[in-house]
Amino acid sequence: MVDLTVEIAGLKLKNPVIAASGTFGFGQEYAPYVDLNRLGAITVKGLTLLPRPGNPPPRLAETPAGILNAIGLQNPGVDYFAASILPYLNQFEVPVIVNIAGETVEEYAALAAKLSELNNIAALEVNISCPNVKKGGLQFGGDPAAAAEVTLAVKNNTCLPVIVKLSPNVTRIETVARAVAQAGADALSLINTILGMAIDLKERRPILGNIFGGLSGPAVKPVALRAVWQVFEEVSLPIIGMGGIFTAQDALEFIMAGAKAVAVGTANFVNPRATIDILEGIENYLRENKIKRLSDLVGAAHCKQ
Amino acid sequence: MTSYNTVNITRQDEIAPGFYLLSFKSPFLVHQAQPGQFVYLRCDNTYDPLLPRPFSIAMVDGEKNEVAILYQVVGRGTALLAQKKELDRFTVLGPLGRGFTLPPSGRLFRPKGGPKRIEPLESFPPSFLRIAVVAGGVGIAPLFFLLQRLKDLPDLTIEVLIGARSIKQLLLGPEVKSLSPQNKLHLATDDGSYGFHGPVTEILATLLKADKMDLVYACGPEAMLKTVAGLLTKYNVPGEISLEKQMGCGVGACLSCVCKTKGDKENSFLYRRVCKEGPVFPVQEIIWEE
Ligand SMILES: Cc1cc2nc3c(=O)[nH]c(=O)nc-3n(C[C@H](O)[C@H](O)[C@H](O)COP(=O)(O)OP(=O)(O)OC[C@H]3O[C@@H](n4cnc5c(N)ncnc54)[C@H](O)[C@@H]3O)c2cc1C
Ligand SMILES: Cc1cc2nc3c(=O)[nH]c(=O)nc-3n(C[C@H](O)[C@H](O)[C@H](O)COP(=O)(O)O)c2cc1C
Ligand code: FES
Repeated sequence: MVDLTVEIAGLKLKNPVIAASGTFGFGQEYAPYVDLNRLGAITVKGLTLLPRPGNPPPRLAETPAGILNAIGLQNPGVDYFAASILPYLNQFEVPVIVNIAGETVEEYAALAAKLSELNNIAALEVNISCPNVKKGGLQFGGDPAAAAEVTLAVKNNTCLPVIVKLSPNVTRIETVARAVAQAGADALSLINTILGMAIDLKERRPILGNIFGGLSGPAVKPVALRAVWQVFEEVSLPIIGMGGIFTAQDALEFIMAGAKAVAVGTANFVNPRATIDILEGIENYLRENKIKRLSDLVGAAHCKQ
Repeated sequence: MTSYNTVNITRQDEIAPGFYLLSFKSPFLVHQAQPGQFVYLRCDNTYDPLLPRPFSIAMVDGEKNEVAILYQVVGRGTALLAQKKELDRFTVLGPLGRGFTLPPSGRLFRPKGGPKRIEPLESFPPSFLRIAVVAGGVGIAPLFFLLQRLKDLPDLTIEVLIGARSIKQLLLGPEVKSLSPQNKLHLATDDGSYGFHGPVTEILATLLKADKMDLVYACGPEAMLKTVAGLLTKYNVPGEISLEKQMGCGVGACLSCVCKTKGDKENSFLYRRVCKEGPVFPVQEIIWEE
């Protein structure tokens, strides 16, 4: 037996494979294909205080080895989540991480307070990095001081572990990481999508209704891996690595770069069982290489520079 | 019920230039699929193109345990798919989405508990429900499977309207005809190379004007569906249409594939998922842009 357990900010996961926010709905959608209880955790779609209709379509464009999305945080709002979705998720044992987004610091604080009153939420993931909304999102993730302010507001309103999700759309991601660490973040998720765009030649206009969208998928993996590496060197918080993880090899690269756990996003669209395939691949790798504990591999690549 | 499986191709034929009919074994889909539902399949194991592609289930063969899709080569994914041969394998996710509402024994109905799909027509006797099935180009795909199911229902008259750019792109006319004697076929081409010279929606307009239709099913290019929607509103006839939108997950998780539909309150709207609440929508629910 290999030991796949992971501990992130006091949160114990039975394995390191997490479903990434926005790509796994609220779990239900993938329940026909994946035994949700086998996952390390599920991060649900980004929630806001009030329901949001989202951006006008088209919302997705395929690009080389990736996709651009501009969903615009369409979600039913935190109250609907609490009343109608959380009870569904509570039938399972899998830890539920709730991703939150707001337009103001107060909104983040109010969301954190509301969610902290509910049962069976494992952690909050604070999305300060959504590239697809006009207000909020990047406005916080792009500025270390604003990022710290949001982190502090959330921390002051919850006793749940607080994971802050960082944007790669910054000059120095380590600076933002350090700022949110000082503000009390318990863990970091990186990366969110990279701002990009695509143009329809026939129509001579941007493909996405929102013009810009967030790039994800295999195309972003090297960028994400670099971000994990840099943050691991400078900040001692646990890291959840994500960005283009499609195979167990990809996941292991992130772990060796310093991630304690990994999140799988776009890969779910290509293979609905991607999370489980990656989990089994990691387990096989450990067994074949006679590594007893996954935690022994975290950051392993740093020792061999 | 839906599943994710690897299937074997049993046959692939180019039935018209650039149009392929691809059959594969899947007892599961044969039993589970409803007309209007689709499958999400990977054309090849590449990172570019990355995503699977959605295709309507076009035919179901219960004896051979086979399902077929009918597709047009329009880009790289479909070009890769066209190279597949008998015995090649690919992964299929499905059946997905909500399909057409079948009229049970010739009567329109409102499913229990579910949102309004088709208004009941109390004034209309349950016999001889008059149905029009309107296809533009490869839009015949989900409608052919629908016709396979309508065939077994009593008391229907079915007008099948198929339109295409020219005679070369007219698909499945003879197959529709031989499917059932109750199908009355009307063909139209934009260039007049066969049948009616003009858009297929003009035939529909004539039928509606003569008060000949109780229910309409349609699938085709967006411009055609928009015209169909306009006609059905004008003549106050219920109908269902199958929509297309760029997909991400295909299963309702990512909210990429939404279309604008009427909300609960007046003048409100809701973005609904083509892959989950659709691809088939009651025509009155859609809000058309511009
Ligand atoms: C629910 C649903 C059911 C569908 N059922 C069918 C079906 O039964 N048969 C079928 O042939 N297609 C069907 N489609 C459309 C089909 O999914 C697309 O044609 C396919 O994804 C194109 O992939 P590609 O890689 O070949 O083209 P891409 O490389 O993705 O696109 C190439 C070019 O073709 C254009 N294009 C994309 N889609 C279409 C289109 N539908 N018509 C014309 N141009 C297009 C793009 O704008 C682009 O410029 C369905 C779509 C949906 C959403
Ligand atoms: C369609 C889509 C929706 C997403 N929605 C959210 C979201 O609501 N909140 C969030 O923090 N990240 C969101 N993300 C970002 C992912 O969680 C993840 O950080 C990113 O896609 C990189 O991982 P990947 O390449 O494995 O997809 C979304 C990504 C996609 C593709
Ligand atoms: S394609 Fe993901 S919700 Fe429809």
